[in-house]
Amino acid sequence: MDALARVPQLIVYGLVSGSILSLGGIGVSLTYSILGFSNFAHGDTMALGAYFALAALSVLSGWGVSNRPWGALSFGAAFAGALAAAVILTSVAVVLLDRLLYRRLRGAGRITLMIAAVGVALGLRNAIQFAWGPQPLYYTTKIQRAALIPGLGVRIKPDQIFILAVAVVLAGLLHLFLRRTRIGKAMRAMADNASLARVSGIDTERVIIWTWVIGGALAAVAGILTGVENKFVLPELGWQMLLSIFAAVILGGIGNPYGAIVGGFVVGVSEEVSTAFVSAGYKPAVAFGILILMLLVRPTGLLGRRD
Amino acid sequence: MDLFAGVVNYLVFFGISAGIYAVLALGLNLQWGETGLFNIGVAGFYAVGAYTSALISGPPPDVWGGRIVGGFELPFVVGVLAAAAAAGLVALLIGIPTLRLRADYLAIATIGIAETIRLVLKNEAWLTNGVWGLQQIPSPLYGGIHRHTSGFLRANPDLPSWVAQIVSRAYNGFYLLLVAAVLVVLYALLRRLAGSPWGRVLRAIREDEDAAAMSGKNVFAFKLQALVLGAMVMGIGGALYAHYVRFISPASFEPLYGTFIVWVMLIIGGTGRHGGAILGAVVVWGIWAATDFVADHLPFSAPQVAALRILVIGVLLEGILVLRPGGLLRPRRPRRPTPPPEPQIR
Repeated sequence: MDALARVPQLIVYGLVSGSILSLGGIGVSLTYSILGFSNFAHGDTMALGAYFALAALSVLSGWGVSNRPWGALSFGAAFAGALAAAVILTSVAVVLLDRLLYRRLRGAGRITLMIAAVGVALGLRNAIQFAWGPQPLYYTTKIQRAALIPGLGVRIKPDQIFILAVAVVLAGLLHLFLRRTRIGKAMRAMADNASLARVSGIDTERVIIWTWVIGGALAAVAGILTGVENKFVLPELGWQMLLSIFAAVILGGIGNPYGAIVGGFVVGVSEEVSTAFVSAGYKPAVAFGILILMLLVRPTGLLGRRD
Repeated sequence: MDLFAGVVNYLVFFGISAGIYAVLALGLNLQWGETGLFNIGVAGFYAVGAYTSALISGPPPDVWGGRIVGGFELPFVVGVLAAAAAAGLVALLIGIPTLRLRADYLAIATIGIAETIRLVLKNEAWLTNGVWGLQQIPSPLYGGIHRHTSGFLRANPDLPSWVAQIVSRAYNGFYLLLVAAVLVVLYALLRRLAGSPWGRVLRAIREDEDAAAMSGKNVFAFKLQALVLGAMVMGIGGALYAHYVRFISPASFEPLYGTFIVWVMLIIGGTGRHGGAILGAVVVWGIWAATDFVADHLPFSAPQVAALRILVIGVLLEGILVLRPGGLLRPRRPRRPTPPPEPQIR
């Protein structure tokens, strides 16, 4: 009974972590459908974004930009600026990685790309550890009180509402981008059939760059929001979430960004609710369990098409 | 001459480590090199082998740590065989849901199993002592050899000190021979298998899965066999490690790094070549050890140096992928490139 009583509160936490998994999953899904490989470095790209924000925050604070909290949130203008800077820096970094590495391997097949991605994952994580050290670093040391939502009996912090709002807004923007813009339509065309897209005159290299930019930007936001939720960042931040992100992407149907959003929330809520019943240390194993179950029952995912 | 003794003892230690990694690389070569299965959970199978053998051959639970089962004090050989069986069983459980699907799914599932195994090792103290790890894992024939060497040293007190230093580490020399013997047996066995009709089917699957299926081969069954056999070899590697270091804990099996270095060894040595797996293990372990010596002279903190060393291995891998994709030993026959990904982009 005690465990069940905690479930509503855990669902709230699950929606918050699900927002982050969704944003991470969109990038994985896009790289999978457009570049044709599973990007195992995506988690570490998130971590890179989180650390870029940390660096930008200290630079902006050094310039005298105030980080006086906005309303009930734990941060202000300097952090918002740092977020924007980190998004740009991360996008530039992943595009550079594509130019230097992935582009040269495009003819070599899916598995070579995946191996390269594993190398990038370790490389990024260790570059972060080299530059910033293995210890946790804090965005803020302020303690934020959770507010009671009347009627539901659950508590939520203003920062968590911010995380949810960011995820919803970005998912909406992504939808508009994919449906309304030329480049978004080109991306969908290329995901459906790359050769056909090319012969119809779509500049596939340009689409690829856009894919990295969007995936990298959303990864940076996801990494920064993880830092906002936890209050600190660690070099392993992204790697620790990678399994959950892949579970989310496969659950939703790999290659389908909308599926990644749905999957992210399902995995996030399942992981948090599971902590009422099993040790919290097993959260990644819960995601893995969902993944295996899905592969057995419906490998194409909830929203997936036939592969 | 003391320096000479130090070098000999270091080379023995180096040989044992490189030999154990070569066993893992041979297992991976069967999965990836021969069959094209993308397993990035090598560390998981390795850990299962190490823990299984330690629990089968090790001492019964002690008063602290929390473990309540295992510790049957059975012979080394039984432990090694059990390690292979346990790792193979895990591979079977992972292979069944994923091997009918695209390569990505096996890759993700192997990351998942390696991570889950690490969590189990950490959290299920009744079986594994949790973060305390398993201690006092017996080394085979240690007592007997140690009695002989210490008896010999007592009987000859006026030996030069460098001889005494080498003799006092004679057990490690024995263990090196043991690892080398296991390696030679596995090498011969796997080469023979690769040359058999069974091995030819694996390579057919690697080159073109659909064509192999069209020729009436049960692709799923062959892939499953290769995955399980490769995992069993990795389990043996884990057992060799456990009985050498005699203390294992979840920290010994960091999933990505443990897997990654084996991959780098195989890729650098030459994927699909058994000799390449062994050569790669020696070369990469040599580079790894060399960076340890260089690292002492760099003006960085210990975590920075640790990060830098892995970074060097990562850059090495990407360089090999881009510049010399065949590795040091190229495949014997010119190979058609692996089938391009479906959304093919140039």
